[in-house]
Amino acid sequence: MKKIWIIAVRELKTFFDSLIAYVLIISFLGLSGFFTWLFGSDIFLIGQATLQPFFSVAYWTLFFFTPALTMRMLAEENKTGTIELLLTKAVTDWQVILGKFLACLMLICIALALTLPYYISVCTLGPIDHGSVWCGYLGLIFISMAYISIGLFTSSVTNNQIVAFLLSLFIGVFFLIIFNVLSTNFTGMIGELFSYLSLSSHFDSISRGVIDSKDIIFFLSVSIFGLILADLSLSKRNIVD
Amino acid sequence: MSSMNIVVENLTKKYGLQKAVDDISFQANTGEILGFLGPNGAGKTTTMKIITCFMLPTSGDVKVNGQSILSNNEEIKKRIGYLPENNPLYYDMPVMEYLAFSGELQGIGKDKLQSKITAMIHTCGLNEEKHKMIGELSKGYRQRVGLAQALIHDPEILVLDEPTSGLDPNQITEIRKLIRQIGKEKTVILSTHILPEVEATCDRILIINNGKIVADGTPDSLRKQSQGNEVLQVQIADAGNRDEVISSLQAIETIQLVDPLHGSVDTFILQSKPGASARRAVFNLCVQKKWALMEMKPLETKLEDIFRELTKD
Repeated sequence: MKKIWIIAVRELKTFFDSLIAYVLIISFLGLSGFFTWLFGSDIFLIGQATLQPFFSVAYWTLFFFTPALTMRMLAEENKTGTIELLLTKAVTDWQVILGKFLACLMLICIALALTLPYYISVCTLGPIDHGSVWCGYLGLIFISMAYISIGLFTSSVTNNQIVAFLLSLFIGVFFLIIFNVLSTNFTGMIGELFSYLSLSSHFDSISRGVIDSKDIIFFLSVSIFGLILADLSLSKRNIVD
Repeated sequence: MSSMNIVVENLTKKYGLQKAVDDISFQANTGEILGFLGPNGAGKTTTMKIITCFMLPTSGDVKVNGQSILSNNEEIKKRIGYLPENNPLYYDMPVMEYLAFSGELQGIGKDKLQSKITAMIHTCGLNEEKHKMIGELSKGYRQRVGLAQALIHDPEILVLDEPTSGLDPNQITEIRKLIRQIGKEKTVILSTHILPEVEATCDRILIINNGKIVADGTPDSLRKQSQGNEVLQVQIADAGNRDEVISSLQAIETIQLVDPLHGSVDTFILQSKPGASARRAVFNLCVQKKWALMEMKPLETKLEDIFRELTKD
């Protein structure tokens, strides 16, 4: 556990040293703030004290920003060879992957924490359903976990960051849109399967304030599956190079 | 300092159909600097990657102080310091932070970490550069950071993959001195394809070619092995007729072959018969004929010749 923390802290420091963190946080806050307060179906248009507009925007912005965070994680280490140096220290592959996962998650949590002023402002505007707001944040964290695992996996299969980025967007699109579309085209078992695989249905129910163990299990299994694939792809070096 | 030995047993690593390392076995002991010599692509780096637990062998085993890399790699990794080929480092990290990170990962406690870092910075001569980003350093200083991170947890075993590649002659001498100093109490394995480096630093040499060990021994013993007959280079002046000199030399019974040196009129290469020396006879011949013996030197087989002999295809 300690090793995971050491790696996570180093990665987080690198985010802040290399400006990635600032660019990400500022553009995340800017984009989500713009659509929450100023443009489209914003809060004033709806006329209700709710953070629902923010959650549906953040749902999309995280979809683009998370792969940008994860793309360099393993791809760059593979490219420069620092992965060799890291894995010959007294750490396991799992500790490295979990450390990197934790670092990305922490950065996203920091970005989300900085949107709390939105919550406070909306609070002063009228009666707000506090439960659904906290559930919405929880849902965003779960979604980020799924995106990060997918991103770490795609970053581990290549040593090109752009490929890693595009690949994780590609896989993400399936969970975000395509499974949803497919589920409406099929009936019966297959339709249900696609509907279960679609991120949006799980996120919708959480952000409405319904915490179902089924949704939580879904997000956790996607994350764990992604991390296991990343681990497998790292250990591939033992078989062929 | 506990003694640490590395025993490599029948190690094989295949990349697809190609055998990068083919059934090699050797042993390295404490206080010994073992030089891994071989042409590029001979299997040096692969062997090192397996010893440092970066990848698993296809078959065979490496035992570090009796513990196998197949079952105890966590424990072994703590005792090994590794400097990989091309010295990969995080360029966007300051030197001190990077050393702290390496130290912490290798299990150094918070209380000792700072003093270890200070000691390493002193040993590796990084004091002036310690606050810079690694990416801002020159190649020589990066190499020192690489060594410092390998040594920070005071490992009993040091594995260095081409530690002096790309450095200038002064830096090479310094790094070699550092390695010699460290090697007194540790087990050091270093790979290189620079021959003088092995002679300057190593106690023992392993020559690898096509994944197989083709020679194993001290530089001296390797030289003796390959050197059969005595070879002399002599320069004779005031002789007048070159052919007469050659035929007189050929007449000496301990001499097997006389070769005029290419591009020279009065210098000859003499090969003695096995087990015999022709030096005294050559001298006596010159005295008798009143020739001036300007030069007479034994030609040693160079390590380079041995290397070329063993690794040519």
